[in-house]
Amino acid sequence: MSDLDAFRAEVRAWLEANCPPEMREPIRDEDDVCWGGRKWVFKNEAQKQWLEACVSKGYTVPDWPKAYGGAGLTAEQTKVLKQEMKRINARSPLDSFGIWMLGPALLQFGTEEQKVHYLNQIARGEIRWCQGYSEPGSGSDLVSLQTFGEDKGDHWVVNGSKIWTSYADKADWIFCLVRTDKANKYQGITFMLFDMESKGVTTKPILLISGNSPFCETFFDDVEVPKTQFVGELNRGWDVAKYLLGHEREMISGGGAGGDMVSIGALFAKSLGRNDHGELDDPILRAEMAAFDVDVFAYRAMGERFMDMWKTGRAHPASSNMMKYVGTELNKRRHELVMSGGGSDALEWDSPETKGGARPRGWLRTKANSIEGGTSEVMLNVIAKRILDLPGA
Amino acid sequence: MPLYHNDDQAMLKDSVAPFVAEQAPVAHLRKLRDQADATGFSRDLWAQFVEMGLPGMLVPEEHGGLGMGHIEAGIVLEEIGRNLTPSPFLSTSVGAVAALAKAGGTQAARWLPAIAGGEAIVALAIDEGAKHRPDRIATTATRAGNGFRLDGKKSFVLHGHVADMSIVAARTDGGITLFAVPKDAKGLTADPRRLVDSSLASHVTLDGVEVDADAVIGEVDAGGDVLDALLAATRTGAAAEMVGVGQGAMDMTVTYLKERKQFGKLIGEFQALQHRAAHLYGEMEVARATVMKAQELLDQGSDGARLMVSVAKAKAGRAANLAVREGVQMHGGIGMTDEYDIGLYMKRDRALAEFMGDVHYHIDQVARMNGY
Ligand SMILES: Cc1cc2nc3c(=O)[nH]c(=O)nc-3n(C[C@H](O)[C@H](O)[C@H](O)COP(=O)(O)OP(=O)(O)OC[C@H]3O[C@@H](n4cnc5c(N)ncnc54)[C@H](O)[C@@H]3O)c2cc1C
Ligand SMILES: Cc1cc2nc3c(=O)[nH]c(=O)nc-3n(C[C@H](O)[C@H](O)[C@H](O)COP(=O)(O)OP(=O)(O)OC[C@H]3O[C@@H](n4cnc5c(N)ncnc54)[C@H](O)[C@@H]3O)c2cc1C
Repeated sequence: MSDLDAFRAEVRAWLEANCPPEMREPIRDEDDVCWGGRKWVFKNEAQKQWLEACVSKGYTVPDWPKAYGGAGLTAEQTKVLKQEMKRINARSPLDSFGIWMLGPALLQFGTEEQKVHYLNQIARGEIRWCQGYSEPGSGSDLVSLQTFGEDKGDHWVVNGSKIWTSYADKADWIFCLVRTDKANKYQGITFMLFDMESKGVTTKPILLISGNSPFCETFFDDVEVPKTQFVGELNRGWDVAKYLLGHEREMISGGGAGGDMVSIGALFAKSLGRNDHGELDDPILRAEMAAFDVDVFAYRAMGERFMDMWKTGRAHPASSNMMKYVGTELNKRRHELVMSGGGSDALEWDSPETKGGARPRGWLRTKANSIEGGTSEVMLNVIAKRILDLPGA
Repeated sequence: MPLYHNDDQAMLKDSVAPFVAEQAPVAHLRKLRDQADATGFSRDLWAQFVEMGLPGMLVPEEHGGLGMGHIEAGIVLEEIGRNLTPSPFLSTSVGAVAALAKAGGTQAARWLPAIAGGEAIVALAIDEGAKHRPDRIATTATRAGNGFRLDGKKSFVLHGHVADMSIVAARTDGGITLFAVPKDAKGLTADPRRLVDSSLASHVTLDGVEVDADAVIGEVDAGGDVLDALLAATRTGAAAEMVGVGQGAMDMTVTYLKERKQFGKLIGEFQALQHRAAHLYGEMEVARATVMKAQELLDQGSDGARLMVSVAKAKAGRAANLAVREGVQMHGGIGMTDEYDIGLYMKRDRALAEFMGDVHYHIDQVARMNGY
């Protein structure tokens, strides 16, 4: 038995013993996803147990070093762990912007002290982060941001506002891009970290077309941030910001794979019925779903190859932009088909039978996939410039 | 196994890529075409393939081959695709070898060493009409004397007119049986037609062709598994070749975008073209990963291979088709000329797309394999 096979056997046994049956059920509601943080209320005992079990093994962040709360697994071991979790449909024990975005940035740019402090908190699900990048005047052209931090010796006084800040009202801390040098566009931004309970921080939820309100306007009114709370170098936050975006894009691209939905055609053949040949009884929709399934199976292979290469430093550094573009466009197509397959039932907005309009709300939410974390058009610009090396891009 | 080439595979690529590019670039295809070459490929080039051990890559070592897998064969096929190299590699060294190795027995012992040694070209006589419908094979094999008598018509048989042996799929009493039919068999005629990509594919007639009982590849009536192995290998190989065709077309086009000026700018500066080129890049990357996954699953003998092979043929078909269409369009007028190479990519893509099931066929297969 190879080392990897031995590891697989060990993981399998551990999961069998530690993953509660309730945590092997598909995600049904939003609070089935555990985000952690100071304000988190566990949905049930199983969710808590599962998180604690994973925390004790370092499995919330399996490929982070042990000193920072991870399990120190290699890329191949991490892949095995994911495969084994998928095999039993185990839910993710903890999802958070800390894991997907800030963590990787701290691993790359943080001081040893910051790593030990923040990464362990993130790994244990004790802190929930939000992302303060976009501003009303600075979306795709992020580097034009205006939120300003005035130097007061041992601290900054931050004024300005952010917008589209996902979960700002639920988050404990924010990682925030703040201009600290007005004369220097790219090298005048500092990547700050501060508590959302700091004096002068307010949030105002914004309602999405889905009828839900996961993001906010965020205002900073003379917020004091100690000058120890920044990542990377002073005025060089843009480097950190871009690196983090690579990870954010990689994370968002994961939606393209479709989670539990193995084959959309197989799913809807059950509800729409079959003809005498056993085929989904709507030939044009069947054809569209089959063509979509091909793209999804293909994208899963792409996801595997991308992760294998990304985790071992073989991927083009800009390739997460391609993954995000392809994955989000695919997910939007998926939800168009889900709506078509659902017919008029999928139009119901709040009936209990439709779990409060889960399908139309989900469909509308996916439209943000190709906007959040950088739009599809921006992804294509980046691919053209950094990968294809096209002129003037 | 991670889904990227390991060191040995990367080395293989490093030796095959320059070899094909130097010995058989697009100019090689052009030359054969302009000379109205009647063979369909260069025997000299094939001899060089033999020197490098390529025809026997997939042949098991006990039969004189290298015992490699589909990932390795795919490396060769991608270069063949990128250079539009006319070659019997896909039919002979991939499709035929997969069938013979799966079946074993007399025919494997007879033909595998010959393929590995470069002494045999093998054609695949599967299709019977204009579209690939392997579930509707009508060619019959009836028992006669101590063997069989074959009757029927086959089409789209690449290299059929020069093959030393053709693998013929025929219907027997209880199912499908595959036969090794040697080129001098009485009643076998091959009528080669020049295709759009300058390759030669035959309409083959089997008019009372008599073969011995040991011409059967595998077991009588149980050829389905052998045929499946042949189809899976050939489809995956064609998909790998299409990745090469698409990549070749894309590379050429991206280069052109950086050279051609209009409106006082390089046309690659226009965002309308940048976005389409970037989109194409994504499609090609996904196709490449998909083909590699299919190769990996085939090499592992996994149950999931069948599905992924159809996904790969469909996805690579879509991506390569996009690459050649965008290629011609972005070249403007010059892309329409015979003198320029991009049009040759479009032609080869069309032929490969049709070979062993087109995009539509495989999308339908994916639906069926998922139970709808
Ligand atoms: C659900 C959701 C959650 C979000 N969460 C967060 C968060 O937590 N934190 C945060 O900081 N931000 C967040 N965002 C903001 C997101 O990052 C921005 O919306 C995004 O970067 C686009 O900026 P914009 O909305 O200002 O659009 P604009 O930049 O104004 O773009 C408008 C349109 O113009 C196009 N466009 C712009 N520039 C170009 C160009 N150069 N070439 C071609 N086309 C171009 C865009 O692609 C788009 O189609 C979130 C957004 C959404 C929808
Ligand atoms: C079959 C055929 C017959 C023809 N017959 C005639 C004829 O009888 N008389 C005659 O005078 N001409 C004729 N033409 C020429 C034809 O009009 C030109 O080929 C055409 O105008 C494109 O110019 P081009 O070939 O130089 O391509 P280019 O202008 O170099 O274009 C290359 C690519 O760049 C794109 N591109 C260029 N500028 C931009 C931009 N600003 N924004 C975005 N994309 C851009 C183009 O769309 C194209 O995809 C013929 C061409 C063909 C193919």
